[in-house]
Amino acid sequence: MTSVADQVIGAHAGAAAHGIARSAPAVSIPVAATERELRLDLFRGLALWLIFIDHLPPNILTWLTIRNYGFSDATEIFIFISGYTAAFVYGRALLDRGFVVAAARILKRVWQIYVAHVFLFTIFLAEISYVASSFENPLYSEEMGILDFLKQPDVTIVQAMLLKFRPVNMDVLPLYIVLMLFLPPILWLMQRKADLTLALSVALYALTWEFDLALPAYPNGVWYFNPFAWQLLFVFGAWCALGGAKRMSRILSSPVTLWICGAYLLFAFYTTLTWHVPQLNHFMPRIIERWMYPIDKTNLDVLRFAHFLALAALTVHFLPKDWPGLTSPWLRPLILCGQHSLEIFCIGVFLAFAGHFILAEVGGGAGIHFVVSLCGILIMSGAAWIFSWYKRVAGKGGSRTKSADGDADLAGGGA
Amino acid sequence: MRAIGIPILSLMMLAGLTAGSSPSCADDATKSCEVPAYLLTSDSPLSKVAAAVKAGGPVNILVVGSRSSTISGAEGDAYPARLQAALREKLPGVTVNVSVEMAARKTAEEVALELGKLAEEKKPTLVVWQTGTVDAIRSVDTDNFRGAIDDGVAALQKAGADVVLMNMQYSPRTETMISPNAYIDNMRVAAQQHDVPLFDRFAIMHQWNESGEFDLFRAVHGVDLAKRVHNCLGRALSTFMIETARINPAELRIQR
Repeated sequence: MTSVADQVIGAHAGAAAHGIARSAPAVSIPVAATERELRLDLFRGLALWLIFIDHLPPNILTWLTIRNYGFSDATEIFIFISGYTAAFVYGRALLDRGFVVAAARILKRVWQIYVAHVFLFTIFLAEISYVASSFENPLYSEEMGILDFLKQPDVTIVQAMLLKFRPVNMDVLPLYIVLMLFLPPILWLMQRKADLTLALSVALYALTWEFDLALPAYPNGVWYFNPFAWQLLFVFGAWCALGGAKRMSRILSSPVTLWICGAYLLFAFYTTLTWHVPQLNHFMPRIIERWMYPIDKTNLDVLRFAHFLALAALTVHFLPKDWPGLTSPWLRPLILCGQHSLEIFCIGVFLAFAGHFILAEVGGGAGIHFVVSLCGILIMSGAAWIFSWYKRVAGKGGSRTKSADGDADLAGGGA
Repeated sequence: MRAIGIPILSLMMLAGLTAGSSPSCADDATKSCEVPAYLLTSDSPLSKVAAAVKAGGPVNILVVGSRSSTISGAEGDAYPARLQAALREKLPGVTVNVSVEMAARKTAEEVALELGKLAEEKKPTLVVWQTGTVDAIRSVDTDNFRGAIDDGVAALQKAGADVVLMNMQYSPRTETMISPNAYIDNMRVAAQQHDVPLFDRFAIMHQWNESGEFDLFRAVHGVDLAKRVHNCLGRALSTFMIETARINPAELRIQR
């Protein structure tokens, strides 16, 4: 294997490469990961920060979020890595303990995410009830019509618990819940026919576009993140975790691929530039425009998916698994956040609400916006550090640290 | 995709780059109504308006909008009335009439059905179609929304009117409840495809909030803030029309 190929494998397969030899003969399944793939944690942490920043009112930090430089954004990273780690962790549980135990563990995780979602909804209700009773401005009498649903809490709260009523910024967890719910059969099939599973996933994606499959939302419309489309990223992540990345390494390491990826990213960057600098639109051929727009986030537009793939390919190539920076203290906060993703995600959503609240009460200058964003990130990092510290301390006392349960929990944050 | 929402920095850069190329909003005793020049023009034509102004009028403008196109209890201070005042001031000798057709609580789809007939009846030179808010509140399917904009604009053009699309207000307090970005993007796409100008009310108000021109976050009792914002919107819209229709008010003055 060439060194380039090696690096690339590190990309996605990383630790997975280890296990293949040891696993059941018929299937190539990663069994033992000797250590965590820090790059996954790093980028999931990054995604969490970016999601937090994107949920706040725009400020100077918003300029650092990748959605300004291309089609895809932090959601793609988050869902892909979640699929990857979930497959990795629960895939091993499935081998060690069998389908029933692994499925039960996944369902337990689903329940945790669901509870987290309901918790966040409660906070949301508190926030908007406050806004409804305190905010008055004739300029926005029309917009305040959104609060009409408070007049019928019986319907609203039930719809929220059914995941049909999802306020702004609360779309990711329901998607995650649905994806995780279907993880057991996906994993089961993927350990037998990985490529077939991926093919089925692509087929479902295609059918979604062809027949407009969608989940209904309340009061009307559809789910903001269509699970029928977004499952593609999740399953693709799982496929990569279970050996797909290794098999793709030849393609990924070829210079042609890298050039195509680079060119595509440039094109995407230029296109997003035209959104901010309308004068540039002159140079964008109308035909391309017509074919390209709108770039659909709800159904995970192919352009977005391709953009994520290109980003991932280049990242994997230029950031090897053993990059010394990964252990540097400067990236530590990001990695810690990535290791406790569910908790940090919830804290992020809560902080975004709190940030809105503060900005509303104090008044929103650019300086305060910046401070609020920065404080939020510091709080997220601090919380992640405490979680890690607690886990370490608690782990020392327990005797099962090295058991599969302990590890599942570790990645549970990820799953 | 969320194209809008970020561009503070680019707005500031652009404001710097293009400052002076065209006057922003006209002077106002209390507020300057400062808007970056690129938000006050469009490459899409307003040929009917340009022709009508050249002929000395009348320029009949019909504003079709939802409740954010008026201030309850102070209709005379809402942006349509301010637009009329600003245009009459800037285009002396040209007859300008602005009328308003309220479509409160109606989605773009519901309004689009009536637009053709409305334009046939009133024969406006220009229709300013303010829409999107109701759709965003009800989270109407964005494909349906864009289809409705397509149909509505096509009907208006068929009836022989110029069209300006106007998107929703920037409303920071409801940001965690209403997500306008998808609707803004779809309006922009529809505007590009039909080659009609888009008056980006969202970006303009966002800019005012960022620059401290108006504090749109605060709770306000009484209609004073609403009046001042609408006054600036009316002025900005008048500049937008004049710039987009490539009218040179100075020339007009010489002719008359």
